[in-house]
Order: sequence, then C-alpha cells, then structure tokens
Amino acid sequence: MPKDSGIGAATRRREDARFLLGSGRYSDDISLLNQTYAVFARSEVANGIIKTVDTSEAEKMPGVVTVFTGEDFVDVGGNPAGWLINSRNGEPMKEPKRPVLAHGKVRHVGDAYAAVIAETEQQARDAAEKINADIKELPAVIDMASALSGSNFVHDEIGTNQCYDWGWIEDNREATDNAIKNAHHVTTLELVNNRLVPNAMEPRCSIADYNPANDDYTLYTTSQNPHLTRLLISAFVLGIPENKLTVVSPDVGGGFGSKIYHYGEEALVLAAAKRIKRPVRWTATRSESFMTDAHGRDHATKIELALDKDNNFLAFRTETMANVGAYLSNFSTVTPTILHGTLMAGNYAVPNVYVNVKTVFTNTAPVDAYRGAGRPEATYSLERVIDKAATELGLDPTNLRRQNFIKSDQFPYVTAAGLNYDVGDYDAVMDRLEHHADLKGFAKRRKKSEAKGKLRGLGINSYIEACGIAPSNLIGTLGARVGLYDAATIRVNATGNISVMVGAHSHGQGHETAFPQIVADLLGVDPNNVEIVHGDTSKIPFGMGTYGSRSLAVCGSAIVRGVEKIISKGKKIAAHMMETTDDKVDFDEGVFSVRGTNKTVSFGDVALKAYIPHDFPIEDIEPGLEETAFYDPQNFTYPAGAYACEVEVDPETGQVTIESFTAADDFGNIINPMIVEGQVHGGLAQGIGQALLEGCVYDEDGQLISASYMDYTMPRAADLPSFIVDHTVRTPSTDNPLGVKGCGEAGAIGSPPTVVNAVVDALRSADHDVTHIDMPLTPERVWAAMNN
Amino acid sequence: MYNFEFKQPKTISDAVNALESDEAQALGGGQTLIPTMKQRLASPSTLVSLTAIPEMKGICKNDDGSISIGGGTTHADVASHSDIFSGLKTLAENIGDAAVRNRGTIGGSLANNDPAACYPAAALSAGATIVTNNREISADDFFQGMFDTALEEDEIIVSVKFPNPSSSSYQKFVQPASRFAMVGVFLSNFGNKTRVAVTGASEGGVFRWSEAEAALNKNFSDDSIIDLSIDHKDMIEDIHASKEYRAHLVKVMTKRAVASAS
Ligand SMILES: Cc1cc2nc3c(=O)[nH]c(=O)nc-3n(C[C@H](O)[C@H](O)[C@H](O)COP(=O)(O)OP(=O)(O)OC[C@H]3O[C@@H](n4cnc5c(N)ncnc54)[C@H](O)[C@@H]3O)c2cc1C
Repeated sequence: MPKDSGIGAATRRREDARFLLGSGRYSDDISLLNQTYAVFARSEVANGIIKTVDTSEAEKMPGVVTVFTGEDFVDVGGNPAGWLINSRNGEPMKEPKRPVLAHGKVRHVGDAYAAVIAETEQQARDAAEKINADIKELPAVIDMASALSGSNFVHDEIGTNQCYDWGWIEDNREATDNAIKNAHHVTTLELVNNRLVPNAMEPRCSIADYNPANDDYTLYTTSQNPHLTRLLISAFVLGIPENKLTVVSPDVGGGFGSKIYHYGEEALVLAAAKRIKRPVRWTATRSESFMTDAHGRDHATKIELALDKDNNFLAFRTETMANVGAYLSNFSTVTPTILHGTLMAGNYAVPNVYVNVKTVFTNTAPVDAYRGAGRPEATYSLERVIDKAATELGLDPTNLRRQNFIKSDQFPYVTAAGLNYDVGDYDAVMDRLEHHADLKGFAKRRKKSEAKGKLRGLGINSYIEACGIAPSNLIGTLGARVGLYDAATIRVNATGNISVMVGAHSHGQGHETAFPQIVADLLGVDPNNVEIVHGDTSKIPFGMGTYGSRSLAVCGSAIVRGVEKIISKGKKIAAHMMETTDDKVDFDEGVFSVRGTNKTVSFGDVALKAYIPHDFPIEDIEPGLEETAFYDPQNFTYPAGAYACEVEVDPETGQVTIESFTAADDFGNIINPMIVEGQVHGGLAQGIGQALLEGCVYDEDGQLISASYMDYTMPRAADLPSFIVDHTVRTPSTDNPLGVKGCGEAGAIGSPPTVVNAVVDALRSADHDVTHIDMPLTPERVWAAMNN
Repeated sequence: MYNFEFKQPKTISDAVNALESDEAQALGGGQTLIPTMKQRLASPSTLVSLTAIPEMKGICKNDDGSISIGGGTTHADVASHSDIFSGLKTLAENIGDAAVRNRGTIGGSLANNDPAACYPAAALSAGATIVTNNREISADDFFQGMFDTALEEDEIIVSVKFPNPSSSSYQKFVQPASRFAMVGVFLSNFGNKTRVAVTGASEGGVFRWSEAEAALNKNFSDDSIIDLSIDHKDMIEDIHASKEYRAHLVKVMTKRAVASAS
C-alpha cells in the first residue's frame, strides 16, 4: 500500500481538477430536450392576505405554457418538519402547514404564490410580471419579543407565534436556579447571535423531467441530501412513490446547510413537468437566494454563569428566543434545541446546566441549520459569558477556562447537559494554542500597536461540538422523524478497480479524494483505482447526506464496514482458489495468503475470479464482489479546540483588522490533513464573517434590507489573516472504526466568540468600559461602543 | 433584462443624434446601468454606447497645466496615467475591483452622481469643469443632489478638465459591503486655497465642507480640523452607519486627507 496516498496522506483533491478548469457539472449545466422555464411570482410584502390571484393576462403572454397558483396545491401535502420538539409542559410543537405555493396568505418577502412555465426564461419572467395579485398588506411580525407578546399571528390557525417553549434538562431546572441563587458570583450577559444569509456560490436550481410512458420522474436539484429530498416529496408533499422518483444532485457549489432541505420550488417543477409532460427548470436569481434560502442563527439570549469563591463554575442558565421565520424548514426545530441546548456545558466540568428556548414565528424567511447549526450559538453564549466573568473577577481568561475544563482522565464524561463525551484533552489543545499563538509575547505586540495609534486585543476561546449526528435510536427518543445512519456500497469490479456508492454528498468537502484513501488503505490498492459515486438515488444506497460534519464519521464508517465485508468474502474466494478454508487465510496489503505457507493470491485475481466463477462451489459462495453496509453509530463524536485571535482597532473609526488567528483542534484521527486544513480555513472565514461583517437585516415592515451584496457584507480574502492551524492533538473517537470526529464546522463554531473577545479586550485596554458588542462588529458599532 | 437596441456610434454628433430617439440612453462602462437593467429597474429601448468614440477617450495635459480626461476614459486608465495627480490616482485605483475599473468610466460616474460615488468628490474638490457636447459646466454647478446633475436629457459628458492642485488626497472609508464610499473626502490644495469635498455622507449628495476649507486656508494643518464639527442632521443613515457616525467620519477622513496630502 503506498502510504503516501492512504489514510493520513495529504493527497491533493482530485475533484479540484474539474472545478478549477470549469468543467464541473452543476444542476444548471444540465439541459434537457424540450425543456421549459419556471419563474415565480413572489410576495413583495412580509404579511398579507391573498384576495385574488388573476393569471388570465399572464396566460396569454407569448411562450407561456401554463401557470400555477397556490390553489393548485391545496389538496397536496406540506413540507414537514423533520423533528418533533415538545414544550416544557409536554405539549407538542405547533406545526403550521408549509404549502408548495402560498395560499390564503403570504408570510414573508419572497414567499412564492404563483409560478409561470414558459418556453424561455425571459418569457416566463415577462408573464410573471403580468400576474395580478390583490394582496392586502397586514402589519408584519418581525421582532421576536413582540411576536411572543402580541396578538398578530403569522399563522392565525395556531393562535400564537410560539412554536414551542423547550426546557433542557427540565429536571435540572430547580437545581440550576438554586446554584445561581446561592453562588458567590454570577455573571449575566445578553447577546444576539446575528442572522446570516448562507450565500452558497451556486444558487439553488431544480429541473424536473417526467416520463409519461413509465409515469416516473427525475429531479435534478442542488441538494446536500438527495434521499431525504426524495423521501419528503414522496411521503409528505406530492405522494410520488419513491420508486418512481429519482433525485440527482450532481456537483453542488456549496450548501452550508441551506441545501439540506426540501424547498417548494422542487415540488413545483415536478408537478409542472407532469402537467405539461415536458421538462421544467428553475434556477434562483441571487435576489431569490437572499430572500428564500433558509437563513441561519438569529438567536437572542440571556446567559448567566455562576461561580463559587474559588472560581469554579457552578451553573450555566440560558434563556433564548430563536427565530424560525414564517414556516418550519425541515430541521429548524432541532437546530435551536437539541443541537444547541445539549452543548451548553461546553468543555467544562460544570454541575448544573439549564437551557430554555422559545422558538418564534415571524414574517421572515425560514431559518434553519447553517454551518455549525446550534453549536456556534451555544459556543458563542458560553465563551462570551466566561470572558465577561474573567473580566469581572480580574482573572486570566485562559486560566479560568483551564481551571474548569473536564480533565483528560475524566472521560468518558456525562455532562450536565446530557451528552456523553467519549474522549478529549482540552488542556493539551490549549497548550498547542498557547505555543502557536505566542500568548506570552502579546504584551510586546500590544505595545507596538499602541505606538502606531492602534488598540490591540487578544481573544481566547475553547469550544466543543457534537458531530456525526446520531445514533438513530437516541435521536428517535429526542423527536427525530428520520434515522441518521449512513450507507456505502463497495463494488469491486471484475478488473479489480472499485466503485464506492455512498449516501453522503460532497459539495466542497473533498469526499472524492478522502473516501478512496480509506478504501485504498484498507484494501492495499491504489486510491486512483477507487471511484466515489454519490448524489443519485438510483445509484447509491439510502444514506442521509452531508451536514453536521457527519460524512466521515458516519458514512466513512459505513465504508469501513463495507470493506470489511469485501475482505471477508474475498477470503472465502481466496480459500477456494488456494484449496484451503477461509479461517486459514490472511489478508494484508492487497494479498491473500494461507497462514504458515507461502501460498498467495492477489486481490485482483480474487476479484476476477468472483465474476468468472467457472469452478465456484456455488452452494457456498455467491458470485460477485459487492457489499453494502449501513452504519449507525452509538454516539456523537466530539471535536474540540482552542482558538486565539489578535485584532487591531482603529480608535478613531472603530475599524477592526484581524492581525492573527490561530486554531488548535482535536479532530481525532485524520484521513487527509490538507483537506482538514482547508475545511478549517473555510470555517474560520465564515465565522470571522459572522463576527465582523455579515448581518441579515429586516426592517420593521419585514422588508429585507440586506438583500444584495451592496448591503450584505461577505468576508473577502483581504479581510482575513494567514491562519495558523494545528491539529496534532488527536484523541481518537472511541465510537467509530476510523477514530475520526469531523472538522467541517469547527472553524465557524469557534471563531465568532474569539474575535469578539479580542475586540472587547482591545477596547478595555484603552479604558473603555465595554463588556459586550453585538455581532457583526462593524466599524460603527465598535465606534459607538467606545463613544456611547 | 428587457430587450433593447444597441448602437455604437463613432462620433459625438452621431451619439447625440442616436440619443434623440425615444427612450434611448447613453451607455458608458455599464457598471451601473447594466445591473439596473438586469434587475428590470431600467428599461431603455435603445442603448447608445459611448465606448467607441475616440474623441471621448484618453488623458492629456493642457497648456495651462490642467488635465483633460475624456468622458469615456476608464478608471483603470486614469489610475495608470502619469499625469494624474496623487489624490485622483488613489481614487481611481480604489474604485470597485479590477473588472469595474476596466469598464467603468469617469463620464458615467459623474453623470450618475451616486451619493456614494468617488469621482464627484474629486471633481468638486479640484473645481473641475464638466465639458459636454454643448457647454461647459463648473463642478460647483454640476452636482444637484443625489443622482441629480445639471445635465439636460441626452447631454453627453465629453470630457472633464481638472485644474492640477499642488497637493491632494482622497481618503475613502468604505461601506463594508459595497466598498463604495461610506464617507470619502477629497482635498485639493492650490497653495493659498484648499477645497474639501465630501461624498458618501450627505442626503444632499456630494458637498463642500466650507468650515474646513476656511480653517485650512488659515492654517493648512490637521490641527485645524480638530476643533471643528459638522452637523449630522443632513447625513445619510442606513444599516451601515448612523448620521452621527458619518459626521464623525467626515472629520476623521478630512484630518487624514490633510495629513496625507501630497
Ligand atoms: C462592484 C462595483 C463596485 C463599484 N465601486 C465603486 C466605488 O467604489 N466608487 C465609485 O465611485 N463607483 C463604484 N462603482 C461604480 C462604477 O464606478 C461605475 O463605473 C460608475 O458609477 C458608472 O460608470 P459607467 O461608465 O459604468 O456608467 P454606466 O453604468 O454605463 O452609466 C451610468 C449612467 O450614466 C450615464 N452615462 C454614462 N456615460 C455618460 C456620459 N459620458 N455622459 C452622460 N451620461 C453618461 C448613463 O446613461 C447612465 O445613466 C462600482 C460599481 C460596481 C459594479
């Protein structure tokens, strides 16, 4: 086995050749014979009663084939929530219907209430402008607190804007209250986790093809999760049998969570293709992406940290309002609860944790999981309040964290928030951070900055996340309506090369490079002979897609299990070829051998034999060499890390620049360190974007103010320093055969509080009495904090 | 975008004739107009491109030392020309990105008079003359409020004549998302006289900060700015900056312009 290309090798990403040369094949690149174009009529108001939708003029426009309105979907199902969350009082959450097209009411700017199908996109757009909708505008429900107290409802039929009022863990509530009441010191902080627009580089695109001869459908769509999309459309929305619907997600240009979910546009193009018996396509404009992709974050939180007189943490208590927008997107109910509340012990041996989350409907776009999903919100609250406590008590923030860390000999450790952390070594990670970030040299660097007239700040953070979201039996008890295993089929072809069909979907993660490294390493073959097939429900086993840093831990483990089955069958074939029994056959580095003899056969010969079984004992061995494994883990994995950021603040303008950023992470075992580094870089860029730049803003009428790149600030290369990334601390996950944990979201989880801690530190160095600034830390906000 | 006719005349007079037809509009680099058309917010039936008219391109130094820049000259050409004074060079170098600079034109920028655009500050500060197909307009008369200028319908900016200041500076504080000017201050010093023009800040569009000019005419030093303040009442307020913050930035950027003028 060439060790420079197996597990642990920094192999270059093979998919980059096609991406960098512009030869990727994205949904929008697909062109079908006789195709038509869909364009949606979307609400310009945040809340309104649809009195009439007159399509007669639109239908007469040139090139128009057909027009749909909400009326056409009254008798089909709605797009469901994938997770049932119960309120503290035991009541189930409120689940208003999310129709394919709005009917009766529009509920956010961009809510689609009609669609035109025409011969060209231009014609469809022209005709959509001729749809005469009489929509009576109503006052918008935007602010979460007023949404909860008011009587103007986003969904009249549920009579409240509260989806649920969740407590975690309800049995710990009283003990937590008492710990806070009796504590030596309590630090309180109110903060906002700013709403974000996902901004995948590729806008959403869906193309439906209907074949009347067989009454079956193909949907090409930008999905992180093609099997889930198919399941939702089949079981809930349109009722198309699963075996009559193929969902294909070819190359996808970024998702960050926003493409996990099923969207109404997918159902619309399918229904339209069936009605007109021609392919129907739709690609979002960038404006549509801003208005209708599920947004991220949007929490308002009050957090309290109680400490004893020796600065030991006694309790964390949080009250959060989480915005779900106008409709429940598929995972919008689990993101602010299970994915957030369970992480509220952080990396700390704290005896009491209580989390209360009220999730609120508003007249805004749906909000759902976005890179990190709940865990960035948890980390941000924890790591900001810890820094504030350190300030109040005059303690070194690093030491305060270290003092309260769960120690490496305490694992497995069941936290007060209910998770069972299997392994970790937070002090070791912090050691790496202190080394790389040269924390000791900070005072000197601050002096240098001051000589230039700049304020310098240092921010530290430690984070933990739960990845590889699973296991199915546990999440089932927590309300999940889906399983969260994954699956892989290993098909060894007759000539010895290998096709691996996986349930995970790659849209930037580099699976096509990393997964073959695993297979190649285990089978002792060249990774270039291993091909990954993903994103097509007619080719791959029923897996659950990619999100939550789960692909390697869950699907990678399914690959391992599948390869183990291949080896075990290969041994039977080899035993037959070498006239022995399989218990006497060993397999190593691509060679089967009979123990204690010099008899061997190669993996390639065994593969060939499997498909040309002329002399097989067919009663004992089936022909072929292909195995499928489903893998359902026992637990989450728990990557953890410590980050440091140094900033300079221009005291005259409030402008923040990031001078250095260091990330030390423990991702367990690593398959490809180069890909890991790239994932961390991307996550850091997004987290720094959230901290300094990005903010999705609705005005009080529900108009989206930050609706284009003229007003929504994306991070650019020039905004970022050259990152220092370390992942040499590796405590292998005890739960999966690879010992891996997941790295896709870490950077976005750990960086926002690090940056904010640094800016607050910078301002305090100039005697500004600032304890917190809400993100994004725009120049104006920082200036205002210095001058209020 | 709606359909439109496209014309590319070779002379100014052909362009003027072409513009006389109903709903015809001049097209410079298209960096503002084309995105607006894509959003279907503008729908001219004819676009008259000004980019193939040789008389409207290029930069030359006049006998009186002033600089004439053709109305169809791109930001990139201004940024790289050796006769351009330092403030103007900095300004052109920092507009948008390379693609915008290679297409966008000074004529288009001035005609559009976006309240956050950079060129209006330079023209007003340096006391430039806007030369059109039928008259010359001084910068002091040209800018008439947000997106409003002294141009008549179908009037074309043929060139812009800039007096050559002895020192100048452009200090741009960028709006974080668009990277247009949230506040941009252009300072031109003509030895005994300083002119300070501010863009990005005011509801009324680009303006001259006369108090700062008076103070600097007495003593050309950034100390002269320290005790000044500018009323925030008429400043722009949006999600990026309050009126107060913009007023504050006007002062800071002016101070920096004085300190860096060269
Ligand atoms: C991403 C991006 C970033 C940008 N950043 C900045 C920035 O930082 N600072 C800044 O100042 N600008 C910025 N711009 C705007 C840019 O400078 C444009 O080039 C400029 O505003 C318009 O010039 P244009 O030649 O493209 O004009 P066009 O878009 O072609 O036309 C604009 C308007 O001017 C009219 N017009 C064009 N030429 C003439 C003429 N010669 N005479 C009369 N009328 C004419 C047109 O009819 C139209 O109404 C940016 C643009 C983009 C797309």
